[in-house]
Amino acid sequence: MSDPISGDREAILGRIAEALREPAPKHHEAPDKPAPLGLTAPFREWLPPVGKTRKDQIALFAQQSEVLRTEFVECASVVGAAKQLTELAKKADWKTIALHAGELTDAVAAKLPETLATLRVDAGYDKEALEACDAGFTECEALIAQTGSVCVTALSSGGRALSVLPPHHVVIAQKGQLVPDLAAAYEILALKYAGHYPSFVSFITGPSRTGDIERILVLGAHGPKRLTVLLVP
Amino acid sequence: MRVTLFIPCFIDSLYPKVAMSIVQIFERLGHEVDYPEGQTCCGQPPFNSGYWDEAREVAARQLEVFRDAEVVVSASGSCGAMFKKFYLELFHGHPQEAAAKALAAKTYEFSEFLVDKLGVRDVGARFDGKVTFHDGCHGLRELGTKEAPRELLRAVKGLELIEMGEAESCCGFGGMFAVKFPQISTAMAEVKCNSIIDTGVEYVVSNDSSCLMQIQGYLSRHSPRVVKSLHLAEVLAQQ
Amino acid sequence: MINASEPQEQFQIDADRTTADEPRRAAVRQALGNYKTARSKTENAFASWPHARDAAATIKYEGINHLDRYLREFEEKFTARGGKVFWASSGAQAREYILRLARERAVKSIVKSKAMTSEEIHLNDALEKDGYHVIESDLGEFIQQLKHEPPYHFVFPCMHLKREEISALFERELGTAKTDSPEELTMIARRFLRRHYINADMGISGGNFIVAETGMISITENEGNARLATALPKIHVALVGIEKIIPRLADLALFLPMLATAGTGQQLTCYNSMYGGPRQPGEIDGPEEFHVVLLDNHRTRLLADAEQRDALHCIRCGACLNVCPIFKNIGGHAYGTTYQGPIGSVITPHFRGLQDWKHLSGASSLCGACTEACPVKIDIHHHLLQNRRNAVSEKKVWWERFIWFGFRELMKRPWAYQMAMRLAPVGQFFHPLVLGTALDPVNSWTKTRDFPAAAPQSFHDWWRDRKGVRK
Repeated sequence: MSDPISGDREAILGRIAEALREPAPKHHEAPDKPAPLGLTAPFREWLPPVGKTRKDQIALFAQQSEVLRTEFVECASVVGAAKQLTELAKKADWKTIALHAGELTDAVAAKLPETLATLRVDAGYDKEALEACDAGFTECEALIAQTGSVCVTALSSGGRALSVLPPHHVVIAQKGQLVPDLAAAYEILALKYAGHYPSFVSFITGPSRTGDIERILVLGAHGPKRLTVLLVP
Repeated sequence: MRVTLFIPCFIDSLYPKVAMSIVQIFERLGHEVDYPEGQTCCGQPPFNSGYWDEAREVAARQLEVFRDAEVVVSASGSCGAMFKKFYLELFHGHPQEAAAKALAAKTYEFSEFLVDKLGVRDVGARFDGKVTFHDGCHGLRELGTKEAPRELLRAVKGLELIEMGEAESCCGFGGMFAVKFPQISTAMAEVKCNSIIDTGVEYVVSNDSSCLMQIQGYLSRHSPRVVKSLHLAEVLAQQ
Repeated sequence: MINASEPQEQFQIDADRTTADEPRRAAVRQALGNYKTARSKTENAFASWPHARDAAATIKYEGINHLDRYLREFEEKFTARGGKVFWASSGAQAREYILRLARERAVKSIVKSKAMTSEEIHLNDALEKDGYHVIESDLGEFIQQLKHEPPYHFVFPCMHLKREEISALFERELGTAKTDSPEELTMIARRFLRRHYINADMGISGGNFIVAETGMISITENEGNARLATALPKIHVALVGIEKIIPRLADLALFLPMLATAGTGQQLTCYNSMYGGPRQPGEIDGPEEFHVVLLDNHRTRLLADAEQRDALHCIRCGACLNVCPIFKNIGGHAYGTTYQGPIGSVITPHFRGLQDWKHLSGASSLCGACTEACPVKIDIHHHLLQNRRNAVSEKKVWWERFIWFGFRELMKRPWAYQMAMRLAPVGQFFHPLVLGTALDPVNSWTKTRDFPAAAPQSFHDWWRDRKGVRK
């Protein structure tokens, strides 16, 4: 019976159950060969290897960032990070930056020149105003060494739009947030949120890009054209 | 060893020299060659067209013909794949299933047989010329044939093996496909042949004569210079 | 053509035209050349790509073969967070739900991110007919929308176009200045679309994976348009095929890199986002409503075909298209249907009718490059063969039946076969059976290729001569 709210739920589930009464052959397995082992998460034996030590992993993250054109900077301190951003603001002629409240974002924002206007998103924001900002500063859940990715969520990074609408996304992360691979990031999220995940989780791997025109790489398709990751102790 | 040959119908009529070369090579290596004269066709044409009942009847004959063979060597990758892979599907659930399994287990493609079964890479051949090798798709992807033909060619005195850019690209034969969709088949031949011509070779070699028919057919009509096609066995038989 | 139905005739006409279009074929070849190199490199970085494929295939097998269980789990987890799930048996039902939703919420402007399911059910047409302004935000889709053409490839929608063509299109439709820079063209689209993200009331997306365990929809992209389309509008609708199911969140640690590797040769695409509900309490932004429309539309029919059920494991990476020589030479539009390439040729008969669409399964040399490229080990080229067999079982083509009957009778009789070999060249032997039909092999062959002359003596006879026996 079709329901305006849920549709043909029972009919579809019924068709599925009926279809599944006949087992499907396992085309993917070689005949007369036993099924291989180790086919569940975290899949570490099959994915590209990551370094063993934190130092190796930071180096891998840096290497990946270079390939992705992520601007990755290791800073000696939060003050150092703020200095980097002040230089950046000057060079890029930033007028307004957007950010969310957070230990690292607040600490950095406090050290920025007062001529730089700030838009805080925590209590809500005007979309046009956010769109007009030159950069968005966020924290993150984790940095992933294997792929050079940044894991952001709606709760850790000021919502969904802050890290994607302004043309330059700046991430301030701590060394301790670096994890080896995606599987490790998922483990952290599972532990931290214990089933009540933020409604939005994203792995950001470099600035926005497209290859749609003649398969030629262009940065800044719709998301940020620049991604800067500042690593503080 | 008694080597039983499976010679596809089109080699029988169009390229008998390929089969003759195979006989010569095995005899040179000191093996007894057998050729059951009752063989006709592996059944691939109706099979690929979806007419499995008709294919099965033709295939059942071959099961009989090769029943007493010790090892069966196929002169073609695609027909070898019929025996080795597709007969299992064709006879699944049929009374001849066991016979199909038995045949699959003892069938080899020509180059695989030399290299993997007999352990022979150098058959004492001599062939002066620049050669590129085309991987027939059935041999490559159904039977896993890739290195064996190249190892054999590299051991041939005087032969220079040059890899083409599109070695693994399908030539476009595909059996009935070549005549049912001739425009696509020809476009694929064009890509393949341009890749061959770009290598500057004088000869294109393959382990599948149906591919060579397609490739030579296109080259003869369109190539700006002469490029000849040869089956691997024809090269290896030269001394 | 005897016994041809419309799509089959159209296909031959289109294939004739596109295979003759040398510049277009060259553009496609060039576009896909880089893919091969990039993919090789990324694949080789895996500790073991073959094992990764095994794992991916096994997980998809588990998901699809317990589809009801996992869809129920997804619904339970997703609705617990305030999400709405609508189960659509057909495209019509899905369209109706979305149209009704738009009407009831007084939606005016809709922004879309890439969703092949929306192509499949012709959603844009329906929305536009009802007066909604719908804009595609994925650059390739945006370009194809301006051109009033469907996507050429389900991952690279405008890969067949040269930059001059795109510039001319933008000049005409957007009034922009001529440019031959891909960067400048992209910036034109970026600037144009910004308003639409901000003003849209509804964002419609697809979904790459349905995560059962955590009630999430995972979307993989490079541009950021899906993120924008699902962050700013007050309603998010995700239209997802039921087969996109994945059992656990952690399985994405395997699937995200594999989708990227096989799809574009990247280690990971730029944005891989998981959406687990509308905006939750305590969150700063996000849609007030999130509706997931689960689309059946004949997927359960394919599910019921146990032999080909693994075709539902497809993660729509497009790798099979990228390596397919047929796709490369005829192009995406010649297929005449939403899902192109090898996987499209496998599933379209199940979705749209076997007799009408069997020709796509026939238009293949069965080279197997697709199966080799598939990250989840779908037995693609064998399914094409099975479609051919099924089409014949259902309905034999009269002249083909005649040919294979004759073939069988001949090949069962070695003496007849040998006589045929001896009496006439093979070409002349086939000729009488197909004389006058479109299947006349000499004609189809010799139009573009030389045919070999039959040898003076068959191998059979040489062998017998050698033995000193002659009948």
